[in-house]
Amino acid sequence: MKIAVCIKRVPDSETRVKIAADGKSLDEAGVKFVLNPYDEFAVEEALRRKEQAGAGEVAVFCLGPAAAQETIRTALAMGADRGVLLSVDKIPADPLESAKVLAAELKSSSWDLILFGRMAIDDYNTQVGTLVAELLDLPCVSAVSHLDIEGAKGVAEREIEGGIEVVDFPLPAVLTTDKGLNEPRYPALKGIMAAKKKPLDIKPVQPGTGTLEIAALTPPPARKEGRIVGEGAGAVGELVRLLREEAKVL
Amino acid sequence: MASKFQGVDFYQTDGLLSEEERAIRDTVREWADDNVIPVIGEAYVAGKFPMQLVPGMAELGLFGANLPEEYGCAGLNNVAYGLIMQELERGDSGVRSFASVQGALVMYPIYAFGSEEQRKKWLPQMASGKVIGCFGLTEPDYGSNPAGMITVAKDTKDGWVLNGAKMWITNGSTAQVAVVWAKTGALDEPESIRGFIVPTDTKGFSAKDQKGKLSLRASDTSELVLQDVHVPKDAILPKSGGLKSPLMCLTAARYGIAWGAVGAAMACYDEAVSYAKQRVMFDKPIGGFQLQQARLADMLTEITKAQLLCVQLGRLKDEGKSTPQQVSLAKRNNVNMATDIARETRRLLGANGILAEYQAMRHLANLESVYTYEGTHDVHTLILGQEITGLSAFN
Ligand SMILES: Cc1cc2nc3c(=O)[nH]c(=O)nc-3n(C[C@H](O)[C@H](O)[C@H](O)COP(=O)(O)OP(=O)(O)OC[C@H]3O[C@@H](n4cnc5c(N)ncnc54)[C@H](O)[C@@H]3O)c2cc1C
Repeated sequence: MKIAVCIKRVPDSETRVKIAADGKSLDEAGVKFVLNPYDEFAVEEALRRKEQAGAGEVAVFCLGPAAAQETIRTALAMGADRGVLLSVDKIPADPLESAKVLAAELKSSSWDLILFGRMAIDDYNTQVGTLVAELLDLPCVSAVSHLDIEGAKGVAEREIEGGIEVVDFPLPAVLTTDKGLNEPRYPALKGIMAAKKKPLDIKPVQPGTGTLEIAALTPPPARKEGRIVGEGAGAVGELVRLLREEAKVL
Repeated sequence: MASKFQGVDFYQTDGLLSEEERAIRDTVREWADDNVIPVIGEAYVAGKFPMQLVPGMAELGLFGANLPEEYGCAGLNNVAYGLIMQELERGDSGVRSFASVQGALVMYPIYAFGSEEQRKKWLPQMASGKVIGCFGLTEPDYGSNPAGMITVAKDTKDGWVLNGAKMWITNGSTAQVAVVWAKTGALDEPESIRGFIVPTDTKGFSAKDQKGKLSLRASDTSELVLQDVHVPKDAILPKSGGLKSPLMCLTAARYGIAWGAVGAAMACYDEAVSYAKQRVMFDKPIGGFQLQQARLADMLTEITKAQLLCVQLGRLKDEGKSTPQQVSLAKRNNVNMATDIARETRRLLGANGILAEYQAMRHLANLESVYTYEGTHDVHTLILGQEITGLSAFN
């Protein structure tokens, strides 16, 4: 099994992000960055597939700034074999431009599987994986929450509104991974130390600017204060009435 | 689901750590968030060490993490080791104690004073958590003064025969192996103290849980009785000699405790800050009153000082330059400050502060044990007093 996993460096969901002075980007000072949580499912799945096959390679690819080497090393600490940083000062705002750079890099090798997280928790675009599949002319299943592979055929399940969709696909393929697919491992401490010794190529790339431009970033409006309707079973009737008549959610 | 623990870093001490050290800290932190925090309150009330955590701790490589890889250990430096202890104790002192005993009090002496065969036999099994160890030094009548111990080991033609009793032994009733310290000569010869590797299923060895603890409840503490316990000739740790050997183990464990205390303090501070911001009394968050702000400011100050102390001590230890007296200063200062912070947090939380649902009172009660074991606070005062004046005030 030869598997490529594309990963992204994103702000930790627990950090409080601030909008930078330009009003269009995040102020990165003091922000902790992590491996995108959805990409953890992809890394984990790749490692399990390789372990089951008993042979193969898991290579991780990351489009990002120099600091994203740390993100790559997180995946190496989990067990990936090597990493490639497609180095840019700034990740393009247009997901198609990111996809083009990744596709160009992935094309130079053949893969059984190319995995992505379903989405990155910073921009929520949910696009790069499927765009890369299109650019490479490979079959693609997005938001995979269960996966079986037998020889050159795969069956993936994806959760859709009110049910589960089952998709058959041939390998090689591009998959984007969702919650529920697996439980990502903690990198063992030895793995963290070994990560430093694994190959990590740095390749400068020049993505196009694309057609998207971020005009402004604004924080979400402050949430209105909640109201306690009452306590105990006696309050249920009033709560239901308010949910129906005032909040209009029932 | 509670939110992830963010730690405290007011002085950018993170910048003093390498990328690997931070990654190790963050991994153990996340593991503790996922595995320790959800179960610890209940384990504490039940008075049981959460045994189910052991395989996960072993898989991460937490046991004897600063010992070499050739024995199945992680081979980390001492700063990384300290950060592990910090994150474990952020969960609970009982969980950190388990790892301290396993690593610094049992694996370390086997590594430092053991033969190559003993190292090969025990260390990999202990690193993988398959064998749990305990450390028997303290006796009912000899706590702060272990030189007075009356447990003896007699050299006979077919091995050693041990007799005596040990008290307050962490993991005593769960361990498969005990490192027991005993005198091989006359009772007034502390230089005859040697260490022995004693499998706990040896005839004549018994362990009984000590009941009624109001502190360190999520940790097993036992009394050991050794009655004509026969062990082979090669059960002795060949390179151990005199009281200095167990004291070296204590120095190794105390080093980890100095870090661990910072973890407990950070857990309490974190709880105090979030409570102070949320709890509204007299129409505003209590964090808006000067008295509570003074509490929080003191906590942050003490944690920051202790963090810097730990990093520098760890760097010195990695360079082979740290002294036992420096370790005493760090254990003494950090455990004391953590106990103060736990108490102030408990008080800041009002009535909620006495609940097991919050952390402060559990940490406070735990830290009273930590204050006493591994050299009481007073004993470290005397060690420093002797270092400063050249005069011993012990007896
Ligand atoms: C939960 C727990 C777990 C433990 N785990 C272990 C373990 O795994 N293995 C092990 O061997 N031991 C263990 N211990 C024992 C611990 O190390 C001892 O309790 C400690 O050394 C103190 O001894 P003591 O309790 O006999 O107190 P004592 O020595 O009787 O001290 C009583 C008081 O007198 C003070 N004091 C003593 N000497 C002097 C002096 N010269 N000058 C002034 N004041 C003095 C002390 O500071 C203390 O305040 C554990 C203890 C606890 C509570």
